[in-house]
Amino acid sequence: MEELKAVGETTQFIVIKLGEEQYGIDIKYIDNIVRMQHITRVPKVDAYLKGVINLRGEVIPVMSIRIKMGLEPDVETKSSRIIILKLEQHGTIGVIVDEVKEVVTLENENIEKMAYDSKDEKASFLCGVGKCEGGLISLLDLNSVVLEGI
Amino acid sequence: MDVSQYLEIFLDETNEHLQNLNTQILSLEQDPENMDTINEIFRAAHSLKGMAGTMGYKRMQTLTHDMENVFSEVRNGNIKVNADMIDVLFQCLDALEEYNTNIRESSDEGTNDNGALIKRLNVIMNGSEGEGSDKAAPAAQEPTKESAQAASADTQMFRQIKLNENQQNVLQEADRQGKNVYGLTVKVQESCILKAARAFLVFKAIEETSEIIVSDPSSQDIEDEKFDLHFSLIIVSEEELDKVVNAAKSVSEIEDVVGGVLNMNDVNSAKEPDEEEEQAAEHQEAAQPAPAVQTQPAAEAAPPAETVQTQPTPQDQAPAPAAAPAPAAKKNTANKPVVNRTVRVDIEKLDTLMNLVSELIIAKNSLVSASTMSGNSSPAVNEQIEYLESVTTSLHESVMKVRMVPIESTVNKFPRMVRDLQKKLGKKMELYMSGEETELDRTVVDQIGDPLMHLLRNSADHGLESAEVRKERGKPEVGSIFLDAYQDGNNVVIEVRDDGNGIDTKAVKNKAIERGVITPEQGENMSEKEIIDLLFNAGFSTAKVVSDVSGRGVGLDVVKSMIESLSGEVEVKSKLGEGSTWTIRLPLTLAIIQALMVDIGNEKYAISLGSIQTIEDISPADVKLVQAKEVIQLRDLVIPLVRLCDILDIPSKKNPEDNLVVVIVKKGDKLAGLVVDELIGQQEIVIKSLGKYISKCKIISGATVLGDGEVALILDANTLI
Repeated sequence: MEELKAVGETTQFIVIKLGEEQYGIDIKYIDNIVRMQHITRVPKVDAYLKGVINLRGEVIPVMSIRIKMGLEPDVETKSSRIIILKLEQHGTIGVIVDEVKEVVTLENENIEKMAYDSKDEKASFLCGVGKCEGGLISLLDLNSVVLEGI
Repeated sequence: MDVSQYLEIFLDETNEHLQNLNTQILSLEQDPENMDTINEIFRAAHSLKGMAGTMGYKRMQTLTHDMENVFSEVRNGNIKVNADMIDVLFQCLDALEEYNTNIRESSDEGTNDNGALIKRLNVIMNGSEGEGSDKAAPAAQEPTKESAQAASADTQMFRQIKLNENQQNVLQEADRQGKNVYGLTVKVQESCILKAARAFLVFKAIEETSEIIVSDPSSQDIEDEKFDLHFSLIIVSEEELDKVVNAAKSVSEIEDVVGGVLNMNDVNSAKEPDEEEEQAAEHQEAAQPAPAVQTQPAAEAAPPAETVQTQPTPQDQAPAPAAAPAPAAKKNTANKPVVNRTVRVDIEKLDTLMNLVSELIIAKNSLVSASTMSGNSSPAVNEQIEYLESVTTSLHESVMKVRMVPIESTVNKFPRMVRDLQKKLGKKMELYMSGEETELDRTVVDQIGDPLMHLLRNSADHGLESAEVRKERGKPEVGSIFLDAYQDGNNVVIEVRDDGNGIDTKAVKNKAIERGVITPEQGENMSEKEIIDLLFNAGFSTAKVVSDVSGRGVGLDVVKSMIESLSGEVEVKSKLGEGSTWTIRLPLTLAIIQALMVDIGNEKYAISLGSIQTIEDISPADVKLVQAKEVIQLRDLVIPLVRLCDILDIPSKKNPEDNLVVVIVKKGDKLAGLVVDELIGQQEIVIKSLGKYISKCKIISGATVLGDGEVALILDANTLI
């Protein structure tokens, strides 16, 4: 995510849950949200790449944010979703999340840039923290989530 | 006027015209007296000039203008076509092509004036009788003159324009002031695409000297290109009629302008049928367009929508007797359906359409399985599903067909190329083509040009002997090269054949040994075919002299890899002294292949049928170990085994004691046996890319969506050998 916009402007995020934590994904990157479906495994690739799915005739790679961030592997439940992201550099990618909660609109002054903490492994995937009524939301830095190999 | 929106059309049209010119000039070379060809060339050059002028490409316009002048002279019989002239003309075409390429890349024609070429064109023209240069100037108007003779027979449609009271008053006022009232009917060439733009230019030209009172159809309709080939104007001017008409004619792609003086009596009497008609029109529909637009005389009682430019009734003719519009109008309507109605579509849109169709098929398949699952299979539902099935199948076929284009566009440039080669190599040869109408997927057609060109050059340079040698051998002096294309099942075959020397396998073998491609011992044991296949090795060329035609050692290997990248194959048959045949076999479309579906563990994989040799049932006892690797012996061949479940990191479902299902695949001369769990069957699959995000996995070449919506991966057998 590029630098956050000037004060007074707002940014919309989709709030997702991974375990107990809430994360926000900038809505402008989101192409679609689909239910969990059968993922065809692709052999000989990094563990976080779960495979490919068929999204309306297109074959789209799907990755696990959990594995990428070093969390417990995904457990498929009724609320599991695949969020389809459209990124300039990497094209279309699906990411698995435990639950999609809501859309929030954050004033840019309520977004705090993350003080970079190199010790915290998860921190490098975040670009900031947003404050809203529902509590704190960690804002995902999609480019680093998607890009870095492990 | 902003012309950028026409750029695409302009480029496409220019290409077509250039191609046309190439073909026509070639046939002119064969038959210099053929008037039809000369006229066709003149017409194409004229349209090119007009288009370049409209788009503001001055250099291109100048060059085509001079070419057109030369043809005008040829047409008038003032100069004869000779070889030198044809050469110059071909160079002109090359120069025009260069302009076109520049425009395509940078939307600018570049700065090359091609002054030398223009000079040579002028020399050709002045080389004719002295009057050449005089004639050159009005050359642009040549076609108009011709048809002007027929003007009296042509329609003076402006006489049918109905005027409302205001307009009549304006005209009468002008008449009182001693100004002239003219009517003009402008006919645009049938081949013109930017009709609105032409009309706009005509308007502009006329407005310089005159005032346009009425136009038919209305100026708004003309701007929206809502007119056929004619439009009529009534203008007030102080200039002479000729001047105005010529101003309008000077706009290119205007076929004819008919002008006439309107006297006030005409104008007034035109009112009578108008009124009559208005009354009748009230019965039908009061909401007719403004009276300025010509409406159908009431007697016809035709539907109002068809009113513009239909055959006038006698009533209408009576007050405007000067012209006999009936035959011309008839001709006009008769011509209309001849024009091909086509739409240019971005190929990406077709891809989207294709995806939607595959999605529809998948949805249909799910519907089928859902209805059988629920046990709710009433006959009515089944019937509808079957109907849906046939609709989706034909929909799929139609969309595939839309993507297919004839190879004509690619092979049409070859006659010209062969002609140039003939000059360059000093050999006599003739190219015979057949099956240009054979259709292939658009992407394949775009890429097949270069490989074919290589093969043709190869035939011309290496294959055909010089005229003397041919004579000695008792062959006709002129060598023949054939390019034949035809469809064969799910493949398209393109053959390049020559009656030249054929491939000298001994020379090839010696060369290969010399180059270190093979050892002399290897050479001893090679079959003719194997030796010929050496030609496809990179860096191999048997031509003794390096020419700029071929012989640089790039060529056949490039041909092979290009054709393989299109999932095709190429093979050669040759007989020393009699010639060789190169056969290219291409799949009809790139997107769909025949594949064998197999089960490995719980996963489904597809293996392209093209690489599969046989399928064998092997007992575990027959598996031997050689250098710690598993092999099987099959008909005297030792074939290494590849256990796919190990490679794909998936546990096999099968018992170790059970017989193995082995798919024997081939890459070049090498074989390998792929061990799978179970065979599912043969299926036509649509290839989808995995995307660049998953590019690490080399053994998977793509994915496909199965009927049930699941994704299956396609194994690349080549990487497993």
